[in-house]
Amino acid sequence: MSERENILARIREALTVRAPMPGHAQDSVTHPPAGSGGGSSGVRQWLPLVGYTFQERLELFRTNAAALKADFHLVASRDELSERLLELREAEGWKKVGTHAGELTDFACGQLALPTCRTDGGYDVAELESCSVAITECDALVAQTGSVLVTSRSAGGRALSVLPPHHVVLAQSRQLLGDLPEAFAFLKKTYAPGYPSFISFITGPSRTGDIERILVLGAHGPRKLTILCL
Amino acid sequence: MKTAAQEFKLQAGRLTADLRHRGLIQTALGKYEVVRDQTKSGFQDWQAARQAAAQTKWEAINHLDAYLVQFVEKLESRGTKVHWASTGVQAREIILGIIREKKAKCIVKSKAMTSEEIHLNAALDQAGFEVVESDLGEFIVQLRKETPYHIVFPAMHLTRGEISEVFARELGSAPTDSPEELTLIARRVLRQKYITADVGFTGANFGIAETGMISITENEGNARLSAALPKTMVTLMGIEKILPRFEDLALFLPMLATMGTGQALTCYNSFYGGPRQPGETDGPDEYHVVLLDNRRTELLADAEQRDSLHCIRCGACLNVCPIFKNVGGHTYGTTYSGPIGSVLTPHLRGLQEWKHLSFASSLCGACTETCPVKINLHHHLLHNRRNAARQQPGFAEKLAFRLFAFVINRPWAYGLAKRAGRLLQRFHPWVKGGPLDPARAWTKTRELAPIARQTFKEYWRGRQLGK
Repeated sequence: MSERENILARIREALTVRAPMPGHAQDSVTHPPAGSGGGSSGVRQWLPLVGYTFQERLELFRTNAAALKADFHLVASRDELSERLLELREAEGWKKVGTHAGELTDFACGQLALPTCRTDGGYDVAELESCSVAITECDALVAQTGSVLVTSRSAGGRALSVLPPHHVVLAQSRQLLGDLPEAFAFLKKTYAPGYPSFISFITGPSRTGDIERILVLGAHGPRKLTILCL
Repeated sequence: MKTAAQEFKLQAGRLTADLRHRGLIQTALGKYEVVRDQTKSGFQDWQAARQAAAQTKWEAINHLDAYLVQFVEKLESRGTKVHWASTGVQAREIILGIIREKKAKCIVKSKAMTSEEIHLNAALDQAGFEVVESDLGEFIVQLRKETPYHIVFPAMHLTRGEISEVFARELGSAPTDSPEELTLIARRVLRQKYITADVGFTGANFGIAETGMISITENEGNARLSAALPKTMVTLMGIEKILPRFEDLALFLPMLATMGTGQALTCYNSFYGGPRQPGETDGPDEYHVVLLDNRRTELLADAEQRDSLHCIRCGACLNVCPIFKNVGGHTYGTTYSGPIGSVLTPHLRGLQEWKHLSFASSLCGACTETCPVKINLHHHLLHNRRNAARQQPGFAEKLAFRLFAFVINRPWAYGLAKRAGRLLQRFHPWVKGGPLDPARAWTKTRELAPIARQTFKEYWRGRQLGK
């Protein structure tokens, strides 16, 4: 018998005895999840509030991004987007841009007029590592947590959004979602069943608290995360 | 050779009196408590969320066979190779086999407690491979040749001075007391490793049955790099990490972050559904998932304690445990420390040898109360005590309770014992805390309350006479 069969047989044998449902043990208090028979359909009513209007959610995203030490800017037009990028290019002395093909990224790179390293169709890791900034698009923004949702399809693969020291996300305001359940519903609707092999919620720049629980940004990933939302 | 219990007692005694250690832990956990409570209060209904999480895990664990089969089917359908390991030895052999087949030299590893459980690093070292821990805390303890102090904060017991010292010694860096500088040193060293490593190794926080994905929660980006750059990726996952549905993560990711570090969501929550797919630009050519049993099915067979397989390894029970806060993580001598470690270890490594951990508890219940998936932790410590006594009753304990039962059931014997106690108490100071003291376990570090000069019965009789 293979180990697979051994393990599954042990599991089936073990499960012939039923275990009590949690929250029904001797002296614990039961808080029945209202309006749902288990599962996650009712999750929204327990997670932090996100507000109902677009404006409320935008403000929430802004607040969360600030708390996470990410830079978030709502830009009114492509001109303003390009202006912001040029400012950043000057301030940080960008030399080379890592990016991928996309409507917004193509526009941005055209404006920046810098050498680029495109990840579409393969790239040299050392070259990508030497980029001063990565400019990517995304799948969605999540107001509840201030997260940027990316996949290997929307953001130029797995490494682009984590390797260079500064990650600039170009988003559109119609991509703003309310809460996490909405984000998972979005992923399902967009990709199921052929999901990309990599999906990630990016919540602020890379960080660590491993030394005396003191917050340090830029542990292994980008030190800086900028979200420009059109 | 000391037994695990003797070693525990010795270390616990030493660390409890170590004020520097206590200071470090109190600062670290003090900061954690503040942010955790802040984040928790953002939830509309935390208790209902806990109940829902507990029920979801109950569903997953009590239908584990079906969900595992679904999970593996989905993973395999997209080109992932799935391996099953009944024991730690098997898991190590499978992983070594993959590494040898790939003719790999360097393995870059992101944090995985399951790999500590099967002593993977030692096995890889012995086989002549270079293994680099990439999580900053794990990297530090690896350089110090220690095991992780805490399942979430591996280097919580170290000051920046000690970290700078080990970096200077092992990496040749200039001494510094800035956490930014220290992080930068590690970042520089590890960057090269990601680029040159042949194999990226990770653990798993959740396995999603519905979609066949591995979910990895982290803050630093090291797991993402380990999963992006090396040509081969290996994930080791305990079979209990299954969640039924993709959307279950909408609850479990924020709960894990809230209880683990106090964040609303950690920096990167990534889901891996296979090796690089057609049309994708990067990622490993091969993806291996190793499913580990290592006595989890034995725990599953214990219906009473089955819920300890619900554990999502957030570390919240360690952080609130008065015993953990005093004796620290290394004292346990186990992979998993704190209340959950005290519950699991007797199952993973043998009840008799590790039953002492069931007594490393004040039974205050803080762990049970904080657990996001409602594991009945402090009751399980009692269950382990009972099981240990049933399996191998201690002679002295049995005798003591027989004697107690005899005395307490006979008023004349009780009266005699009281009088004897009051009489003998006068001589107690001569032997107090010494090897001859019958109450030594208590009096070594504490005062024994004196027996009252007069019993209630004597008082009452005197009062009636006085009338």
